[in-house]
Amino acid sequence: MSGITVLTGKAAPLNRANVDTDQIIPKQFLTAVTRAGYGKHLFHDWRYLDLEEKVPNPDFELNRPEHQGASILLARENFGCGSSREHAPWSLTDYGFKVVIAVSFADIFYGNCMNNQLLPIQLSSEQMDKLFAAVEANPDIGVTVDLPNQQVQVAGHSFAFDIQAHHKSKLQKGLDAIGESLELAAQIDAYEQAIPAWRA
Amino acid sequence: MGKTLYEKIWDMHLVAQAGTDNLIYIDRHLIHEVTSPQAFSGLEEKGRTLRCPKRTFATMDHSISTRSLALDACGPANQLQLRTLQDNCQKYGVELFPVGHQKQGIVHVIGPELGLILPGMTVVCGDSHTATHGAFGALAFGIGTSEVEHVFATQTLKQGKAKTMRVQVDGKLSIGATAKDIILAIIGKIGHAGATGYVLEYSGSAIEALSMEERMTICNMSIEAGAKAGLIAPDQITFDYLEGRERAPKGQDWHDALACWKTLKSDSDAQFDRVVRLKAEDIKPQVTWGTNPGQVIAVDEAIPAPESFTDPVSRESAVKALQYMGLTPGQKLSEVPVSHVFIGSCTNSRIEDLRAAAKVAARGKVASGVNAIVVPGSAAVKQQAEAEELDKIFTEAGFEWRLPGCSMCLGMNDDILKAGDRCASTSNRNFEGRQGRGARTHLVSPAMAAAAALAGHFVDVREFEQ
Repeated sequence: MSGITVLTGKAAPLNRANVDTDQIIPKQFLTAVTRAGYGKHLFHDWRYLDLEEKVPNPDFELNRPEHQGASILLARENFGCGSSREHAPWSLTDYGFKVVIAVSFADIFYGNCMNNQLLPIQLSSEQMDKLFAAVEANPDIGVTVDLPNQQVQVAGHSFAFDIQAHHKSKLQKGLDAIGESLELAAQIDAYEQAIPAWRA
Repeated sequence: MGKTLYEKIWDMHLVAQAGTDNLIYIDRHLIHEVTSPQAFSGLEEKGRTLRCPKRTFATMDHSISTRSLALDACGPANQLQLRTLQDNCQKYGVELFPVGHQKQGIVHVIGPELGLILPGMTVVCGDSHTATHGAFGALAFGIGTSEVEHVFATQTLKQGKAKTMRVQVDGKLSIGATAKDIILAIIGKIGHAGATGYVLEYSGSAIEALSMEERMTICNMSIEAGAKAGLIAPDQITFDYLEGRERAPKGQDWHDALACWKTLKSDSDAQFDRVVRLKAEDIKPQVTWGTNPGQVIAVDEAIPAPESFTDPVSRESAVKALQYMGLTPGQKLSEVPVSHVFIGSCTNSRIEDLRAAAKVAARGKVASGVNAIVVPGSAAVKQQAEAEELDKIFTEAGFEWRLPGCSMCLGMNDDILKAGDRCASTSNRNFEGRQGRGARTHLVSPAMAAAAALAGHFVDVREFEQ
């Protein structure tokens, strides 16, 4: 898996708080047994007027012609709240998003992003206001996300963001988390040998 | 400085420092059909093995019919998912409780029922309501499918340490208020995202007085406040629940376990990052009015006006929620008719929940135009309810008595609502579209749900019982 470094792309504005996992990918699409192909169902209830996904909802932000081809999603507080379904980041990446910038994220969703090369960036409410304004004023404007330097740049603004070092490194290098942990097999063995019988 | 319960369990499970992450050992891994198939195929692609099949337990719950035991009852996609779980469990040596098995049920109902979940354990599942098991003083949380695969391969997880919040509920609950009302009131107070980044520890005399099933209802909804997990320190009520359960320790192991479990409480000088207090006497029967569980009021309160929220995010969320829910500020929920009632889910489908609902159901008939279903949480709950003839009370009152499963909590089967349907539901999430596109969900306790079924609209169960 290749890593994320610097990318410039169009941003799609989803100016809402509490975008939950049931909205990101509703339950009827969770019956699949693979990781691929969820992008067409992303935001199903908002995005389509019909259940068969043949009639796009013209009022939904992401359906506007000027927001096609966006690789960055903008949102507000508590993005990804609700279920642990990893289908949520799978549907966002399959749609084409590489970055989600929001005021805050739900914990499980945030962790799931890390395992799917989807970069979640937290900015303040005021910074998001500026970002939304810049994109609303010019939907084609390039938003640059610089992970090594932890910066988001748009329209002359530059916003620094925080990310934990191990998350950053994982996204940059695209590491295999399981492979890394398996290197600690000797320590896991030693731990297991000391587990009391009642906890076996 | 003393340690919190969370820190004690954390320390018991620390395997190694992996970079800046900590590697934590996982004692119990519960799996189901929806979030495990991609994890199994990940193992296969990399040629990895499942490290501890004996710590892994599987059930079928989300995608199954509640009317038929046939795996194909809800169509080919659901059937494929269920078959895939069967095949994977067989291939990797995982114990599976399939549809029709006497130990089958909702993953968060059967784990405790079998005595698989013990104080001081770490418990994970690809399901956000794994927090349920915190009722036992186990550190339990939901994980994504990549993490399911990580646990399969290593029996560990990389974790950062969470902050801690003590939620202290003291006093005595009034008549009509239940564990469901306590947790809804807590979420109403701290907010839908108020516990993001925290592990909650529920304590105080009102919590200590609760049964294990009531404690599970509380911990179950920790995630609805955004929390990583919810914990309740184990005590004699916990030990009495566990003693003699099929998979609980026996003989000397039981005594060794007890000696450990008695140390599993936060020290008196432990420091929490935040403390929240509620008085049990103040908690009335709750009903959600919006599209997240924090949008909740007592049943006798009026639906709030968006302008009453000072925080702009809450104000805007209220506008959108009222629009979706088809409600107006100032309205009383008792004026709002319901078309459906759902009694079930990992929050409220255990025997005590069904007894509470049946007690109300025995007083009348389901109102005309209301479709009411009761879905027991497990085959064992169903069997017990039938032994007590609760099923007869429900069916005679006009409720449908179904087979165990997740059912209408999320509607991955055919228990799904249509646009405009309004449901009094004992489940845990009232998100837009949760029970069906355009459907409106109100979260309530089992007694409140049963009362709404009989009245045809929300009622204050305290008046109803008089």
